[in-house]
Amino acid sequence: MNAKALKPPRVTDTTLRDGSHAMRHQFTREQVRAIVAALDEAGVPVIEVTHGDGLGGSSIQYGFSGTSELDLIEEAAKTAKRAKIAALLLPGIGTRKELAAAIERGIKVVRIATQCTEADISEQHFGMAKEMGLETVGFLMMAHMRPPEFLAEQAAMMESYGADCVYIVDSAGAMLPDDVRRRVAALKERLSVQVGFHAHNNLGLAIGNTLAAIEEGADQVDGCLRGLGAGAGNAATELIAAVLDKMGINPGLDVFKLMDAAEYIVAPIMPYQPIPDRDAITIGYAGVYSTFLLHARHIAAEFGLDPREILVELGRRQAVAGQEDWILDVALDIVRKKRGVEGAGDAREPAAAERTAD
Amino acid sequence: MYKLLRNPGHMELAMFAGIDPQSEGIARAKKLGVPTSYEGIKAILDDPEIKIVFDATSAKAHVRHAKMLREAGKIAIDLTPAARGPYVVPPVNLGAHLDKDNVNLITCGGQATIPLVYAVRRVVPVRYAEIVSTVASKSAGPGTRQNIDEFTFTTAHGLEAIGGAEQGKAIIILNPAEPPIIMRNTVYVIPATEEFDQAAIVASVDQMVAEVQQYVPGYRLKDAPVFDRRRTPWGERTVIAMLLEVEGAGDFLPPYAGNLDIMTSAAWRVGELFARHVLGIREEVAA
Repeated sequence: MNAKALKPPRVTDTTLRDGSHAMRHQFTREQVRAIVAALDEAGVPVIEVTHGDGLGGSSIQYGFSGTSELDLIEEAAKTAKRAKIAALLLPGIGTRKELAAAIERGIKVVRIATQCTEADISEQHFGMAKEMGLETVGFLMMAHMRPPEFLAEQAAMMESYGADCVYIVDSAGAMLPDDVRRRVAALKERLSVQVGFHAHNNLGLAIGNTLAAIEEGADQVDGCLRGLGAGAGNAATELIAAVLDKMGINPGLDVFKLMDAAEYIVAPIMPYQPIPDRDAITIGYAGVYSTFLLHARHIAAEFGLDPREILVELGRRQAVAGQEDWILDVALDIVRKKRGVEGAGDAREPAAAERTAD
Repeated sequence: MYKLLRNPGHMELAMFAGIDPQSEGIARAKKLGVPTSYEGIKAILDDPEIKIVFDATSAKAHVRHAKMLREAGKIAIDLTPAARGPYVVPPVNLGAHLDKDNVNLITCGGQATIPLVYAVRRVVPVRYAEIVSTVASKSAGPGTRQNIDEFTFTTAHGLEAIGGAEQGKAIIILNPAEPPIIMRNTVYVIPATEEFDQAAIVASVDQMVAEVQQYVPGYRLKDAPVFDRRRTPWGERTVIAMLLEVEGAGDFLPPYAGNLDIMTSAAWRVGELFARHVLGIREEVAA
């Protein structure tokens, strides 16, 4: 695409949703209030607030929320003066019941996410969201697993259900810039609605891939302050703002205010700075769901394994979004194999005895 | 149909009815010498010899059928989400409902996981039960796909009503891996108290798995139950995790589709117990 044809993309900040993974779903009302106020003040038009795994994600499988996501959504909606509050919904985890509750608490946008091969499980949710007057975004997760033409078909289904925009979501942070270009281009070609891109930084390419998407005409992109998100985190919102500004396509974001929000509000509360470290690079390299990072580390520590062994095996098994329970399964299989015994019970006992609380 | 032909038990397959003359199912039934009808439920209602009807249509159709079958004095085994009759899971509560004229089989995830929740429940009260069913994309038909919320509602309700959990939650994941994966279920249980006998829970679960294996041979725990400590809304608590695999018998559907097999196997089992009840056969015959 010709550089002069570039237009400013809409930036959605998802610190309070994707960042929920890194925070182990323990965001508080006060933190939400401070972050939303700063983003709103800096001109971010859409702010996503939900459990990391979407509405209804609070569970043993994904981790329980410290504060109910509905209370956090309500806090965000009360705080924002200009920005619209969005929520994520993964059909199969969340349902229309949770969506209705989130609408009640003030969301104006819903982002409906499916594994990139399963768009047809989202029809009833798009239907309800449109009926309730929401703006809708479709999320094709783990999009590195399928070729561009296939994704365009799935995106077209979401468009037919009522999506106002469909995202290519690099949940594994596994894509190279060219992978992003071809996928965004295929959707731009096929859809009459908008196209978006959501990056993860597992291979250190989040900002570069986001730019590749914008150059192919992506209408919407995602960021998180300080890159706070699953795996090695996401493209940093303040970084996107600075780069877009230098490119002359700043969509109205206050670059310094976003830097301040990242520096003074988010950095002090982060349990760690997500970076492409050993395990996160493995996630991008093996092409597994970024959210597996902390769960795999926890289980690996309990069983005395290298998290990479677990992550690579999950990639080989083609695990998809939301399959955190397979981490324990894979760990038990590896332990059994290493000890060379048939009975799993025997293999597990010593490790289980050493377990400590999360 | 294939299960009934292979192992009729105390039943005889008298009719295979549908509404589409072009349906593959009707063509297959005909080929196997099973009487067929494409007039839907009418032919079944007209045949007084038919006592038990397996309804695998849709929730909407079953609401209508339930009334007609009741009036015709037939027993309905409902494989749809309509749930006009009580939920049944054969080794848990079927005995209590053999006097009913309509029973519902909940969902495949429910048939797979509720027995394990109940197995814990009979040892210690259950505060919370959560299940994750992962099925191969290829085994999830349009009905499941368009009504995925109903799967979670119905299964969660079953965990409470039949499994005995104070609170239930269900998650379903479709996995598109090639070759397709065998149906997998993870069952998490948080006991209501920390005072319980771990060995008794393991024994109860083993016994329940053996009972389900009587009618679903491909039903197995991948590992013994794992007892872990986790942060929960009720403080730091013991979480019991059970990893379950359900491989289909491969009668008609491929073996990975354990989710479909456990429904038809449970339906067969329910039909057989009703048949014995109707015939007045009391002793337990190996299925």
